[in-house]
Amino acid sequence: MITKMNHVSVFVLDQDSAYEFYVNKLGFKVHTDAAMGPGMRWLTVHPPEQPDLEIALMAINAGMMFNEESARQMRGLVSKGTFGFGVFECDNLLVTYEELKAKGVEFTKEPTKEFYGFEALFKDDSGNWFSLGQKAD
Amino acid sequence: MPAKDQYPKVYLYRRIVYAKIFIDNHFAEKIDLDNIADEAFFSKFHFIRLFNHIYKKTPHQYLSFTRIEKAKQLLASGMPAAQACYAVGFESVSSFSGLFKRMTGQTPSAYRLQQRQKLAAVTKAPLNFIPNCFAEKNGWVDVIGSKKPEASV
Repeated sequence: MITKMNHVSVFVLDQDSAYEFYVNKLGFKVHTDAAMGPGMRWLTVHPPEQPDLEIALMAINAGMMFNEESARQMRGLVSKGTFGFGVFECDNLLVTYEELKAKGVEFTKEPTKEFYGFEALFKDDSGNWFSLGQKAD
Repeated sequence: MPAKDQYPKVYLYRRIVYAKIFIDNHFAEKIDLDNIADEAFFSKFHFIRLFNHIYKKTPHQYLSFTRIEKAKQLLASGMPAAQACYAVGFESVSSFSGLFKRMTGQTPSAYRLQQRQKLAAVTKAPLNFIPNCFAEKNGWVDVIGSKKPEASV
């Protein structure tokens, strides 16, 4: 029986910039940050209240995972906002929206009432988008 | 319908959010919370009540929390406890240590040692901290009995 998810990958254009975005703007915590050889780094972060979900910020570089062509295509797709990787939750969407916006996070949809609750959409520094919802009372 | 239309008092939120961001940016300085209330155009009482309502902490508690969180980062990066204390805006090592212990359950030095040991373990054997599938995909592991896989996609 599968009980939970503990790792998920988000592909990013630049890990230093992603660190700045996820840690200093979104307020996530670093779980593991390990140098794996020249130009390679294993970097995982987690939302403050979810320490057992590691979000691996994976650099899209030509190497073992992607060949040159795939890396180029993947970087193109990510930067033009093809991928949405998930839904984050907060206690108060309007407050979180105002705060993230003040910190320079780009929103593509302001907080809006949907049939399931309030939702906003933002992009990370690479172009990946996420939904941000408010925890139901 | 945009949610904002349902909260005509969104400007109130915004002022509290800006006060919170002010603390985020200036926690290491001598912050007078009365001044923040003034800047946010609130009476001190109203400001504290709204801030507490939104962030579940009073401004003072939030300032302490932010300083301790930052101190944890500095200690983990190797900064000695006494230096971290002043770097995050405390004026006395004993009040810093006392608050740190209350909030984290450890003394600053014990926390620093634990984090340094964890970092040393990650640096020494990073593969112990990475699921094997990810490590293999990135070519960080030699697959025993076979050559390293070619880029697959």
